[in-house]
Amino acid sequence: MEKRVVFRSAWLPYVLVAPQIVITILFFFWPAVQAVWFSFQLQDAFGLKTQFVGLQNFTALFKDGNYLESFKVTALFSVLVAFSGLAVSLLFATMADRVVRGALAYKTLLIWPYAVAPAIAGVLWAFLFAPSIGIVTYVLKGMGVDWNWIIKGDQAMLLVVIASVWKQISYNFLFFFAGLQSIPKSLIEAAAIDGAGPLRRFWTIVFPLLSPTTFFLLVVNIVYAFFDTFGVIDATTQGGPGQATNILVYKVYHDGVKAADLGGSSAQSVILMVIVIALTVVQFRFVERRVQY
Amino acid sequence: MAAVSFRDVRKSYTPELQVIHGVSMEIKDGEFIVILGPSGCGKSTLLRMVAGLETVTAGEIAIGDRVVNNLEPKDRDIAMVFQNYALYPHMSVFDNMSYGLRIRGLSSSEISERVNRAAEILELKKFLDRRPRALSGGQRQRVAMGRAIVREPQVFLFDEPLSNLDAKLRVQMRAELQALHRRLGTTSLFVTHDQVEAMTLAQRMIVMNAGRAEQIGAPLEIYARPATTFVAGFIGSPPMNLIPRDGKLLGIRPEHLEPCAASDAMLTIDVDLIEPLGADILVYGHIGDRDSARVAARLPADAKVQAGKLAVRYAPGNVHWFDQASGRRID
Repeated sequence: MEKRVVFRSAWLPYVLVAPQIVITILFFFWPAVQAVWFSFQLQDAFGLKTQFVGLQNFTALFKDGNYLESFKVTALFSVLVAFSGLAVSLLFATMADRVVRGALAYKTLLIWPYAVAPAIAGVLWAFLFAPSIGIVTYVLKGMGVDWNWIIKGDQAMLLVVIASVWKQISYNFLFFFAGLQSIPKSLIEAAAIDGAGPLRRFWTIVFPLLSPTTFFLLVVNIVYAFFDTFGVIDATTQGGPGQATNILVYKVYHDGVKAADLGGSSAQSVILMVIVIALTVVQFRFVERRVQY
Repeated sequence: MAAVSFRDVRKSYTPELQVIHGVSMEIKDGEFIVILGPSGCGKSTLLRMVAGLETVTAGEIAIGDRVVNNLEPKDRDIAMVFQNYALYPHMSVFDNMSYGLRIRGLSSSEISERVNRAAEILELKKFLDRRPRALSGGQRQRVAMGRAIVREPQVFLFDEPLSNLDAKLRVQMRAELQALHRRLGTTSLFVTHDQVEAMTLAQRMIVMNAGRAEQIGAPLEIYARPATTFVAGFIGSPPMNLIPRDGKLLGIRPEHLEPCAASDAMLTIDVDLIEPLGADILVYGHIGDRDSARVAARLPADAKVQAGKLAVRYAPGNVHWFDQASGRRID
């Protein structure tokens, strides 16, 4: 049964939602509409002349090798972030689920990274892995690994993936942990009596029952990797070396703000907008409708 | 099938917190045993120790001639039916029932034969493709039993399997359980807090209280000769009347009281509550002043009773005596 609050006043409900609506329009809809508008225009470098060019910005993008490369980088980056993030958090959640004594302490510690701003997380890991002074670099050198993400693209990618995953583990952990706790103990016991060992119980009982959570987190993590990792990238590699970590959202910023190509940058953000809308649709269509056991 | 032995079985979670204080019993091969007691008496813990879901702190549990204290649940050759059924929600009924068989590596023809046979017995044939959530409570209960049956274990363990069903279904499932046991003859341990379930299902029962076995015996034997005041008060509805008399406790069942002339009265009840049940009438009241023992009597349906004094008598052979301090029966 749906509960409805009925207002007697005609205007009061609108006044109450007005702040939210104003903020949404001002900071979300207006920039979005502007981006769409700019994406059809070409501006000179000094902002003096503006010319309507239709879809040329878009066609130019898809002919641009750099942009297609950035797509590939983003795909690789988000797959790495989403999968390793989910795997590590699921492992932590399963381990925390078994802990009886001091469970609260573990949970609190695991949730902390979520409170750290992305840029700070980036700086933290950049320091740890800094080619000249980083402590991890020092250890890696001792093991004979030549670590220098400033000039090595794959190492730079590894660094931003680690920083992004570390930041997201808390969030995933919370959902996995809650999911694990909601699986009745008797199911696991029944499986144990049926003869299933711990690994088999996990893969045939626990993991399938967690699948709604996992799917939800997969979408959330892909969105996170696409958009929220801007701070991590900007604080560490700034898209480099070369284009090695130049993910789409960073390229929007770089092309628009640093390279002053407002039209091309807007076209890129319109494409990102389409992607995030598609992901949201997937989210609502499949996640919300998933049967809850 | 196998016998089960408890040899001074004890369980404690911490040195101070002991929940089972030494239970000993020999269960014969094929016997249906009910473990009865109020919540928190340790009856489920005892069952879970047989299953291997709880460790045994001291003493021995043997299934057949094997001491199973340190065996994993899967190596004990038991099957368990849980109170909430514990069906795997993401699997079909067939997969639920065959899960244990697949793990044990039976051939698929053997598996489908066993599952089909069990489904036949439990009238589940047309539900084999369904998921548990598409089944009613009674059907889920049957699937849970089917999952136990297909394993053909030495011992069935039931942990309050009927308590989530409504009253009517519970009566029906009780009858089905009895029929099933007659048919399969597998040694069964059944935990419940419901004395009617215990009385009707058990060949023998263990009445437990606060981690101790108060009495072990056949249901009617326990009803006729309760060993302690706890058992006397727990079994029978309304429970046995316990009246202080000469420094001891006199026990008399409500149905053994009959109305009589005031001159023959062995007890006089000050009646304050009358419950006509159709088949008979329950009468409640005090004997003597307000602070004295409450007494219940079960009278025939045609008895004329009203609030006020009611004279009753009883046959001396129906009286039980208990020690007031220890609560033990005195013969």
